[in-house]
Amino acid sequence: MWDYVKLAVLGLIVVVAAVAASLARDLPYLVHMLVIMLASAITFFWIIRRVGEPAPVVNPNEYMDGPIRYGVIATAFWGVVGFLVGVVIAFQLAWPELNFVWAEGYLNFGRLRPLHTSAVIFAFGGNALIASAFYVVQRTSAARLWGGGLSWFVFWGYQIFIVMAATGYVLGSTQGNEYAEPEWLTDLWLTVVWVAFLLVFMGTIIKRREPHIYVANWFYMAFIITVAMLHIVNNLAIPVSAFGSRSVPVWSGVQSAMIQWWYGHNAVGFFLTAGFLGMMYYFIPKQAERPVYSYKLSIMHFWALIFLYIWAGPHHLHYTALPDWAQTLGMTFSIMLWMPSWGGMINGLMTLSGAWDKLRTDPVIRMMVVAVGFYGMATFEGPMMSIKAVNSLSHYTDWTIGHVHSAALGWNGMITFGMLYYLVPKLWQREGLYSLRLVSWHFWLATIGIVLYAASMWVTGIMEGLMWREVDAQGFLANSFADTVAAKFPMYVVRGLGGTMFLVGAIIMCYNLWKTVTSTAERSPARAGSAVPAE
Amino acid sequence: MGLLDHHKKIETHATLLLVLSFLVVTIGGIVQIVPLFYLDNTIEKVEGMRPYAPLELAGREIYVREGCYTCHSQMIRPMRDEVERYGHYSLAAESMYDHPFQWGSKRTGPDLARLGGRYSDDWHVQHMINPRAVVPESIMPSYGFLMNRELTRDDAEHVRDIMAVYRVLGHPYTDEMMDNAVDDFFAQVDEFGDPVADRYPGAQQRNFDGQPQLTEMDAIIAYMQMLGTLVDFETFVPDPSR
Repeated sequence: MWDYVKLAVLGLIVVVAAVAASLARDLPYLVHMLVIMLASAITFFWIIRRVGEPAPVVNPNEYMDGPIRYGVIATAFWGVVGFLVGVVIAFQLAWPELNFVWAEGYLNFGRLRPLHTSAVIFAFGGNALIASAFYVVQRTSAARLWGGGLSWFVFWGYQIFIVMAATGYVLGSTQGNEYAEPEWLTDLWLTVVWVAFLLVFMGTIIKRREPHIYVANWFYMAFIITVAMLHIVNNLAIPVSAFGSRSVPVWSGVQSAMIQWWYGHNAVGFFLTAGFLGMMYYFIPKQAERPVYSYKLSIMHFWALIFLYIWAGPHHLHYTALPDWAQTLGMTFSIMLWMPSWGGMINGLMTLSGAWDKLRTDPVIRMMVVAVGFYGMATFEGPMMSIKAVNSLSHYTDWTIGHVHSAALGWNGMITFGMLYYLVPKLWQREGLYSLRLVSWHFWLATIGIVLYAASMWVTGIMEGLMWREVDAQGFLANSFADTVAAKFPMYVVRGLGGTMFLVGAIIMCYNLWKTVTSTAERSPARAGSAVPAE
Repeated sequence: MGLLDHHKKIETHATLLLVLSFLVVTIGGIVQIVPLFYLDNTIEKVEGMRPYAPLELAGREIYVREGCYTCHSQMIRPMRDEVERYGHYSLAAESMYDHPFQWGSKRTGPDLARLGGRYSDDWHVQHMINPRAVVPESIMPSYGFLMNRELTRDDAEHVRDIMAVYRVLGHPYTDEMMDNAVDDFFAQVDEFGDPVADRYPGAQQRNFDGQPQLTEMDAIIAYMQMLGTLVDFETFVPDPSR
């Protein structure tokens, strides 16, 4: 019966999407409707082929790892795609000829840049977060994922969101908010998927068999609910037409600036920090085989972090037309944020107490520790840059780009790589990784790549900031804007090389993980088969 | 320790943890965002601000579509060098009709908040077709394809639909402006057409790209030539309490 309801709904979606596609007023909308139609049709046929078959026997005492395995693959795939686009746009800034004229604007920097940021943050980071959240919540709750097939819906729904967002960017569908570029249709779809994500996560926690909710889950929970709030408020928009991709955001001017950076900075604070701290709180203790350093510190830095982060947005708007009181609040809270951030770093690093020797032998733990190290550096640099005097120099320059990347590549990238190296052997029941040597190669390529990236951006950022404000003895501006652009060329090449190294490292990782799944020995069933470990 | 005992209640109760986390993360936003909607001095009272004329709005749509904000800011800060380089610092009032704001976060290229009137239309055309033809150091992509994208009545109606949404959101588009939106869209590139400036004071009306047909290049240049030109700074008095 339930199958027939699903089939009817899917069939209806196919028809509606087909009609909408034929009435489409613009190309992105047409493409999005075709994507929806195709996805629904595939699901329709997938279900219809199984109608009448007995439902597969599910052991409720077993973890549900299918969506996590897919999530791991998607993380690695989107990671490489996102890094590749990043390398392309980095070299576009060095050699503008790479904005190919024959591509009629479709592959210009302005369209690829949102593609890069969304691919790495939402596709790579988002898949890593969803997969790890599903893995961690089951292990720490000793419960199977709640909701039956709903976690599959979350996985596939999220991939459809990514495809819609990515095709939209290249085709010029954007509402012009950084990191919140997708238009109304894609936004609505993400909202549906996100609510399903929250339901699966909360449902699993509610039916947990452990009395306490493990600290990693606090962070995941705060991340999911806060991102829902940010996404909805920042993306409130009125569609221009039901058959067009364009929508008009309801906020304008100074209010839209404040709301956008309240959203934007907390995409950093909750997507890239709270969620990834959840990862840190599970995978570092597991890989180091040591308990979390301090329970008390976890409590304090959790509540302080989530309370303070949300205030930090206005530091993106220093000296702008945002009223001064809001800027001052933003700066004050950004500086305070340094403390809970380092609370998390200390808790992560000190978890290695008594296991520091593993840094020499285990490249995976080395990766995780370096990730936390970069987290500490970035969360010092951030509060420093939010001081108005510093910001007056750093704002609008490449320094910001360097800061973001030492955090994103160093912290989010490295902890995700560590997680993937931990998860793949576990999820595919392998004895261990195919090659630790390749992990070491990945580690060094990525680390040196990040150093090149961050260092070159410090140089160009501070240089251009100083060149912009330089005046000669008569009080005239010393440099034209074009002078500063020309001066940055060598550093743009170095940055591109750093990014390339990071990309090569990730490709090596994909090869290593692939070989782990296909050509290493399976874990002995005695250890693999134990159904409900009380982890 | 007392604190820890109390925390046990939270961390053993999923809904409580969720609700408390949510309450904690709402506070900052409420304090920083809500007052911006009712404090009188958030948006300065200035002379000259008006909503976009249809063709200017079409240009802004192209500006957003091409992701210009990823490299160009539209927000001049009040530092000496910026005021010297770009002109009077930007006011909140100047982006009050922007959904969303286009202040940007990065100056890979220069600020554009007061671009209007700085260069000739011809300079803009050359610059968009091949930026390095006029600025050898430039790393901007070429936007020559805008010359070939003709704007039709459909596009004009699309812009009118956007204006209708803006009107719902409180922009002072009058019935007269709405009724004439499609005509104004085409008239703005015709020097001898109905004066668009009657409805949109200060609107510039001429063939922007030098081609007989109306193209996206006309629209983007119409937009760029009006950027930062509306506010009358002769009558502007800064508010010290802001």
